[in-house]
Amino acid sequence: MDYSSERLFDHRDTRIFRFRAWVMFAVPLLAILCQVYLRLFFDFFKYLDLPLLVTIYLAMMRRSPSGGLLVGAVMGLAQDSLMTNPLGMYGICKTLVGYFAASIGLKIDAEQPLIRIFVTYMFFLFHQFLYWVLQRALLAQTVLFEMRRQLLMALLNAIIGVILFQLLDKLRDRT
Amino acid sequence: MDALINRYRSTLLLVIVIAAQFVLLAYEVKNEGHVRVIRVWAVTAVTPIANVAETVRGTVAGFFSNYVSLRDVRNENRRMRTEMGALKLENQFLQTELATAERAKALSAFEIRNPSKMIAARMIGAAGGVSNNVVFLDRGTSAGVQKGMAVVTPDGIVGQVVGSFPTASQALLVTDPGFAAGVISQRNKVRGVAKGIGGGRCKVDFVQNEEKVDVGEVFYTSGDDRVFPKGLPVGRVTVVKPGANSKEIYLDPSGLQSGPEEVLIILQGVHQPIPEEEVAASQVYLGTPAPDSAASTPQPAASLLTDADRLRQKYRDIGAAQNHKFGEGAIPNFNLKPGVNPAPQPKPAAPKPKPPVVEPVAPTEAEPPPPANN
Repeated sequence: MDYSSERLFDHRDTRIFRFRAWVMFAVPLLAILCQVYLRLFFDFFKYLDLPLLVTIYLAMMRRSPSGGLLVGAVMGLAQDSLMTNPLGMYGICKTLVGYFAASIGLKIDAEQPLIRIFVTYMFFLFHQFLYWVLQRALLAQTVLFEMRRQLLMALLNAIIGVILFQLLDKLRDRT
Repeated sequence: MDALINRYRSTLLLVIVIAAQFVLLAYEVKNEGHVRVIRVWAVTAVTPIANVAETVRGTVAGFFSNYVSLRDVRNENRRMRTEMGALKLENQFLQTELATAERAKALSAFEIRNPSKMIAARMIGAAGGVSNNVVFLDRGTSAGVQKGMAVVTPDGIVGQVVGSFPTASQALLVTDPGFAAGVISQRNKVRGVAKGIGGGRCKVDFVQNEEKVDVGEVFYTSGDDRVFPKGLPVGRVTVVKPGANSKEIYLDPSGLQSGPEEVLIILQGVHQPIPEEEVAASQVYLGTPAPDSAASTPQPAASLLTDADRLRQKYRDIGAAQNHKFGEGAIPNFNLKPGVNPAPQPKPAAPKPKPPVVEPVAPTEAEPPPPANN
């Protein structure tokens, strides 16, 4: 594979991937369920943010900033409502992630695994940092931002994200 | 105008959605409550599915576990396979039952020992993202669970109910940044507020640098927060260091050590005393006890330190000299000097014992006669 900048940025892959309605409903719901349920049995899942990965994937592949931010908002609000946070904390973070992921998806070839790793890595860090800022600024909570831990978690999420994206690729309709 | 809106449609939508969420956030923070409708929808949608998934998982896991355990035996002998399969099935079932019974027994023992009124619950889900520590419990308002109730195990406190729904409730774990509870240390009786900081740890705030807290010391609930009854273990101190304004104390929460699956929700808390710290047994030499003869040697009288002590001793001697028991009978003669005027002894041969009579005593030189009234 050629990952040169010419391949990645100059010759944009302008295909827009569409998904069936049930996929758009079932995949986010499944991600939320896994986040809630599987954490009980697999401690590993507490380091993953599956709703975030699904938001990034759907936003990047559909390449619609409006759609991306709506997917992010819905996923974030659903996640907020299952926690004790005031509604909107994850909603705001994932809305911005969805919007920026879709915007970046317009400019890059979002099917390349290395790009997916890099984008997921950066968006995870962005999401965690934004959430931390909101916690401190809006809720006045003194929470530590452990940089090393966050970097490791971002790497883990990026690797799992690439595998997950490959699976989700099989559910899309090419147009 | 239309062209402008079309051009910046997505940006405009982003601003609107973000602004709406900020308003929602501000509304929730200001009212210190939740937009309950949205939460009820989400929880009611997720928890039944989680319950079903748990049931299916148990069944499937049991089936596959049994299948895998029987596969090798089947290759050896058909009869043996059947027999071994039945035994393994039974064994596994009994082991599961035993483990469940042991957990239930431990909870039950704690429930009986503890005067608080409690209800057992099971964790059926963990909510949220990587920064939060919230779990779902399978008991809700229908079982009497209300927001604010404490969640504990015999090992220590686990969290606090922060949302109660008909079929389930939400509990905030002690390690969540939003958690706080009043605590008191066992050894030095230092009070503070335990807060979650994520990463499976807690810290204790508002402890002055001058106060003494040792590593390894256990913090208990103080009961000040009116959520957790006094006397429940919270955690063991792992780090203590002086801070800018107050001590920095980090705890290892004891209630989450064994990954609790079954917990107790305190419906009606009863405060208990903080248990005394167990002193490590130290080897101290103790000599043999003194022989009995030594015990019979007269001990010197304790020195009387004050006038009151001396006066009390004097009255005792007066009472003893007259065979008088204070609080009963006639008033003794307080002018009697026990060493100078011995009290009359009752005659042993007397046919009828008479009550002791106090004879008037002539005044001595110590007490001059009363002056004549001229």
